[in-house]
Amino acid sequence: MSTTDSSTAPLPVTVIGGYLGAGKTTLVNHLLRHAAGRRLAVLVNEFGDLPIDADLIEAEDDNLIAIAGGCVCCSYGNDLVLAMLDLTKMIPRPDHVLLEASGVALPGAIAATVGILPDYELAGVVVMADAETARQRAGDRYLGDTVRQQFAQADIIVLNRTDLVPPSEREAVRDWLISEYPAARQVSTERGQLPPEILLGFREAREAATGQPGPLHGDHHQLVSASAVPEGPVDAQAIADRLIAPDLGLLRAKGVVQDFRAGLMLVQIVGSRAEVTPAPPGSDVGMVCIASRDAAGDSELLASRLKQILAKFSLPVEAIQ
Amino acid sequence: MSFTIYSARKIITMNPNRPEATHVAVRDGRILGAGTLEELVGWGAHELDERFADKILMPGLVEGHSHTMEGTFWRYIYCGYFDRMDPDGHIWEGARSIEAVVERLQDAAAKLDGPDTPLAGWSLDAIYYGDRRVDRHDLDKVASDRPVGVLNASGHILNVNTRALELAGLLRTGINHPGIPLGSDGLPTGELKGPDAMTPVGIHVGFDRDLLACDESGLRQFARLCVRAGVTTAADLANLLPPDAVSMMLRVTGEADYPARIVSLRRLQNMTVPEIVDRALELRGMSTEKLRLGIIKVVSDGSIQGFSARLRWPGYYNGAPNGLWYVPPEQLREMFALALEKGVQVHTHTNGDEATELVMECLEEALRRHPAPDHRFTLQHCQLADAAQFRRMKALGMCVNLFPNHHFYWGDQHFAMTVGPERAERMNACATAVATGVPMAIHSDAPVTPLGPLFTAWCAVNRQTASGRTLGENERIDVDTALRAITLGAAYTLKLDGEIGSIETGKRADFAVLEDDPREIGAEKLKDVGVWGTVLGGRIFPAAGI
Ligand SMILES: [Zn+2]
Repeated sequence: MSTTDSSTAPLPVTVIGGYLGAGKTTLVNHLLRHAAGRRLAVLVNEFGDLPIDADLIEAEDDNLIAIAGGCVCCSYGNDLVLAMLDLTKMIPRPDHVLLEASGVALPGAIAATVGILPDYELAGVVVMADAETARQRAGDRYLGDTVRQQFAQADIIVLNRTDLVPPSEREAVRDWLISEYPAARQVSTERGQLPPEILLGFREAREAATGQPGPLHGDHHQLVSASAVPEGPVDAQAIADRLIAPDLGLLRAKGVVQDFRAGLMLVQIVGSRAEVTPAPPGSDVGMVCIASRDAAGDSELLASRLKQILAKFSLPVEAIQ
Repeated sequence: MSFTIYSARKIITMNPNRPEATHVAVRDGRILGAGTLEELVGWGAHELDERFADKILMPGLVEGHSHTMEGTFWRYIYCGYFDRMDPDGHIWEGARSIEAVVERLQDAAAKLDGPDTPLAGWSLDAIYYGDRRVDRHDLDKVASDRPVGVLNASGHILNVNTRALELAGLLRTGINHPGIPLGSDGLPTGELKGPDAMTPVGIHVGFDRDLLACDESGLRQFARLCVRAGVTTAADLANLLPPDAVSMMLRVTGEADYPARIVSLRRLQNMTVPEIVDRALELRGMSTEKLRLGIIKVVSDGSIQGFSARLRWPGYYNGAPNGLWYVPPEQLREMFALALEKGVQVHTHTNGDEATELVMECLEEALRRHPAPDHRFTLQHCQLADAAQFRRMKALGMCVNLFPNHHFYWGDQHFAMTVGPERAERMNACATAVATGVPMAIHSDAPVTPLGPLFTAWCAVNRQTASGRTLGENERIDVDTALRAITLGAAYTLKLDGEIGSIETGKRADFAVLEDDPREIGAEKLKDVGVWGTVLGGRIFPAAGI
């Protein structure tokens, strides 16, 4: 964040859940490598096996690991809340917090706790699923209900390690997740190689407002991105509600729109979670999004659907119905 | 060399070869022998000490599961429903109504200086006050300008006033958290459930950042409570044992007049399994006569009254969803296997019977890989185990430390709400454990319930609830069995039974000095046995002078 008020703005927190071996740590390390100047703080439940790749570590203290690029990793042991209260006092303050939940933790409970802490805002619940073992775990005698609750609490389910199963099995797991957990959007990957925007958001509000597609770092053939600029005043909440519908398969969207009632509003989507808040005065309108190719089709199709939605809600929703 | 022979009204030795004696001879802090005066004078020149001539001596009682933070808690205001003795020996009368709690806190608030000084209380048990919940308006009557908070007896709920909510930024609408109930005005009621909801407010009402930590003064207060309860050895069940805490504990317990032996377990947290096993071995090497280290504690599930324990089918009686796992089975397997391989003992907290089942399954696997004679891995609480599970414990060589105090304090709630009548009657199945041959201890989990093995024994013998119901007649045990559980039984789970737990030649001269004979006072009065004090390693600690 380059804005000067970043020290008072709420600190965004992405909760990363999922059972052991689903790839939470791999994803976290991938994000640290592609932080692109963001100062990430990683909170982990335990320093079990060190959750950070050795080459990223600059220094190690008892409860703190300093990571290249000004990022840090702290362990919160039994007391998540105290660790989070400490984190806001850190100078310089981090830009974004990745909270890696333990394998048996319920990410929804952690997300609720983020919601009661001053200075924080929840930026989504992402739950990793191991393509090889997800279904078996969900039926486990002891762990099944925990694993199922983890999936049910996700805004986005990341189906990971898809290279380890034959394509037919990959599709079967994907379809199973869609039918069991329709509330979550889904994205597939092999080694947690997701564009950082999905978890961390678009780098600058300006990026969204220019109407340019958000840059997708690396080769992400599973993903498509698109952008659009609304023609005039819209119903921001109605747009947000439409953007989280499953048929679009949106993983992340950010945009500034002119709401016909409330003025300039910031619309943020993380999977099935939508938030509409006032935008900084003077922001340019425009919207950018990333979706999974499975659900959204190609970029052109996504762009035209996005335009349609912006057009459809360019009048108050009551007026349309 | 001179030594001392103590005479007593009766000595209950817990040594089946000579269960009772009139005299015990002590030299260098250890027992030369127990028997008649004629037998003991054979050891040579001695001094006959008759100060205990009208007292009953028992082996020093062993509390197999407590937390030294009970000593720390007494710096907050006691708000419990039942009478409870503080480290000074002062008995705090139970607060029998919400109004009484408020009044007590008002008295305490009046003594504070500074209008913003926080006020903290503990051991509130709102379930005894009927349907009415304690809310922030009750505590606003204590103070509206200073933050006020009272911790629940279970340790899982914190009640606060409006000012405390305000300081934590929680006096607002739109809060959506399962641990924060809202009133009709859309604002939090002031009841905060679970650590995640409690902590952000708790720090404003004066609870230390880490409630589980015990500082030096807490450790000293804890030992004073031990003397008053006849306890000479107490297990401190879940400590992180950072180096500075260990040095403090070594220094304090090393003082000649520190009146208790402490067995402190290192909780599995913030370390990998190989690291904690190494650390346990290192800690074991630092052990002294009065501070024993080197056992690992693992917590596998939550609590039954908090609905966070893992239950097998059919789950909670009131339909609450199943509880929470605190460690994945993969970690349990790794923990047990490596600990068995390296000869480190592990005590595992299980409350629900599903947690018990998983722990036994993981241990069985680990034992197949690393057969280990006499491992004495112990299940702590293990409240819901059924008969088959006790048989499996026996087959696996496990010990169990049951929690009969629960019947008295929460038995009525377990019957009506958490697990229902049938399972409430089998909770803490002491008789089944004994009949099955599982080595058994019983405990208080102080500060959750008061430190007092004789009270715990009374609970196991009578299984009476606070309302007077006898909960599970068949699981009652007799007085002798209960007395064994609070001496040799608990010592066995700590692998100290060769050293403490009975009065016989060679053991440490650790005695509970009692005013009444627990065998004669009657089962229903066991909890009323008076405690004069203790003897620890031959050193005398009268409760009146502690
Ligand atoms: Zn405990």
